[in-house]
Amino acid sequence: MSRKLTAAIVGPGNIGTDLMYKLLRSDVIEARWMIGVDPDSPGLSRARDKGLVASAEGVDWLLKQDELPDLIFEATSAYIHREYAPRYAEAGIRAVDLTPAAVGPAVIPAVNGDEHAGAGNVNMITCGGQATIPMVAAVSRATPVSYAEIVASVASLSAGPGTRQNIDEFTRTTAAGVETIGGAAQGKAIIILNPAEPPMIMRDTIFCAVGADVDRDAITASVHAMVKAVQDYVPGYRLLQEPQFDDPSDATRGATKVSVFIEVEGAGDFLPPYSGNLDIMTAAATRAGEGMARAILGGN
Amino acid sequence: MTISGAPELNVLTRTWRDTDPTSDLDIRLTDTCLRDGSHHKRHQFTGEEVRSIIAALDEAGVPVLEVTHGDGLGGSSFNYGFSKTPEQELIKIAAETAKQAKIAFLMLPGVGVKDDILAAQGNGGSICRIATHCTEADTAEQHFRLARERGLETVGFLMMSHTQPPEVLAKQARIMVDSGCQCVYVVDSAGALILEGVSDRVAAVVAEIGHEATVGFHGHENLDLGAGNTVMAVRAGATQIDGSVRRFGAGAGNTPLDAFVGICDKLGWKTGVDFLKIIDASEDVVRPAMPEECRLDRMTMMMGYAGVYSSFLKHAGNAAERYGVSGARILAEAGKRKLIGGQEDQLIDIALLLKAAQDAE
Repeated sequence: MSRKLTAAIVGPGNIGTDLMYKLLRSDVIEARWMIGVDPDSPGLSRARDKGLVASAEGVDWLLKQDELPDLIFEATSAYIHREYAPRYAEAGIRAVDLTPAAVGPAVIPAVNGDEHAGAGNVNMITCGGQATIPMVAAVSRATPVSYAEIVASVASLSAGPGTRQNIDEFTRTTAAGVETIGGAAQGKAIIILNPAEPPMIMRDTIFCAVGADVDRDAITASVHAMVKAVQDYVPGYRLLQEPQFDDPSDATRGATKVSVFIEVEGAGDFLPPYSGNLDIMTAAATRAGEGMARAILGGN
Repeated sequence: MTISGAPELNVLTRTWRDTDPTSDLDIRLTDTCLRDGSHHKRHQFTGEEVRSIIAALDEAGVPVLEVTHGDGLGGSSFNYGFSKTPEQELIKIAAETAKQAKIAFLMLPGVGVKDDILAAQGNGGSICRIATHCTEADTAEQHFRLARERGLETVGFLMMSHTQPPEVLAKQARIMVDSGCQCVYVVDSAGALILEGVSDRVAAVVAEIGHEATVGFHGHENLDLGAGNTVMAVRAGATQIDGSVRRFGAGAGNTPLDAFVGICDKLGWKTGVDFLKIIDASEDVVRPAMPEECRLDRMTMMMGYAGVYSSFLKHAGNAAERYGVSGARILAEAGKRKLIGGQEDQLIDIALLLKAAQDAE
C-alpha cells in the first residue's frame, strides 16, 4: 500500500465540501481534517460522517495538534489566507490556496502544474482563469498571441458573496493569468452572472489575436490536445464548437481572430453540475495538491 | 395646467425640483446618443463627431450627456467591438465642450473596473452610471462606494427589467441605494415592456427608495413604445429620463429625446430643453453622424418580442452574415436561452448551431 500525504481542508463551505469529496478519491492525499469556526456548520458534520476529524475551533486549534497535516487546502477568504499563510509556512505545511489571496505562484494544472510542484504555497487564480487560460496557452503554444480576451458566463446561483463583492479582483486576476500563464502579450477578462432558470452551465469564450498567416490547423490541434489535458481532471470540460478563425479586418484590428467556445459541467460531487465554475476550482486544487504530494512522495 | 386634456394624469407627484431645490425642472433628461448610440455606430465615433453633438445638445439645454463605449468603460473588445477612438479621449472632449451640461459615463461591473471610473472622472465626467443585470445589484457595491467617496453623482441601472416583477426590482434598487446609489433607473434594455409594465415597476421602486433617492427610466423602441412607456414612467414617479436624439441607440433605438421634449412641452412638464433647438440638432448634427436611421425591422422587433438585450443587434447581424443563417432566428434563440447583457459571444455559438442544422437539412 502506497503512502499518502495528510491534508486539512480549512473552510467547510460549499467549496470545501466539494473538495473533500474529490480528495476522498485521491490515491496520494488523505483528507483527515475539516476545519471551520461554526459548530453548526453542515459542512463539518458532513466531514465527520465521512470519517474526517472536524473542528469548529479554527486553524489555531489545528496548528496546536501533535500531528500536523502535510497539506492545507484553503477554502476560506483571501483575507484569512493572507493572515495564516506565514504560519502554515512556519509549521512546514504546504498550502493550496483556493482564495484570490495570491500568496504563492498561480497554477493551472494542465499548463504549468509541474513547474510549481515543489512550491510551499500555490494559488488557483479564479474559476474563469482555470477554465480559459488553458485555451489561451494552447493557442500561444502554436503561435504568438498579441491579445487574448476571455468571457466567462456563470449561473448567478454559483457566484457567492466573495465573487460579487470582489468582481474587479476577478477580472484583474484573471486578465493577469491570461498574460503570465496563458502567454498573451495583453489580456482582458469579462465575467457575466446570468440568473436564468434552470441555471445555466458555465460557458466560456476565448478570443485570441494572432498573426495574419498563422497555421490554423496547428492552432486547432493544440486546442484539442489541451481540452484533453483539462478533461483528465475536469471530465465535464467540453469544446462546444471547432475553433473559429476570422480573417484580419478593421474589426479585428488587423489580426486573425481565433474564437474558442467551451462549456464546463461540474462532476456533481457536492455542488450542482451547472456550477462547473466551482467544480473546476476544486478539481484543479485537487490536481495541484496531488502534484505536490507526488513530488514529495516520489523522491525527496 | 396642460393643453392636451386628461389633466389629472399629468399632475406630477414627484419632480426633479424636489430632489434639487436649485433646479426649476420637473424632469431631468439625459441624452445617450454618444453611449447607447455607440452600438448603432459600431463604436466608431470620432472626436469631431462627439464635439459637434455635445455642443449642439448642450446649447439646446439637455442637462446630462452620456459618453462611453456602448458597453460601458472598458467595453472596447473583441466581444463588444473595438472603439475607433479611446472612450476616455471622447469623455475628455465632451467635458471640454459642454458649457452647462454634466457629462455622464457608464460602467458595467465585470466589464470595467474601478480604475476606469477614476480615469473618467479625471477626464471631466461627473455622473457615474453603474449598470448591472436587474438581479445582480450586489456586484456594484464596491463601485458605488468608490464613486461616492470621490464625489461623483451616482446612478444605478437595473438592466433587462422586463425579466423581473416589480417587487424584485424594488429589492435590487434597495441594494443599490444602500451601496451609495442616488438614482435607480428601471432599464428596459430589450424594449420589451408595455405601458403598465413600466409604471408598475417604476412605482414599486419609488415606493421602496423614493424617500432616499430618485428613480429613472430608460426605454427602447423595439416594440415602438419608447416615448409612450416613458410618459407612463414619469406619471409613476420617475424624475430622471433617458433618451437619444433621433433614437440614436441600440436595437430600434432609444426613446427619441427630441420627440419626448415636445411631448413634455405639450403636457406642461418642464425639461429645460428648447424644442426648436433640439429638433434642429437632431436633423443637422446628430443625423449626419448616424450610419443610418434606427428603425423597426424584423430584427429589432424580434428583440422586443423575444426580450433580447438591444445591443445584440449588430452582433447577431454579423454572425448571421458570417455563417449564412437568419439573424432573426439567432435573436429568437438568444431570447429562449435567456441570455443577458454582455453575452454577445454566445450569438456566435447560436449561429454555428443554426448553420449545422441548416447544413444537415
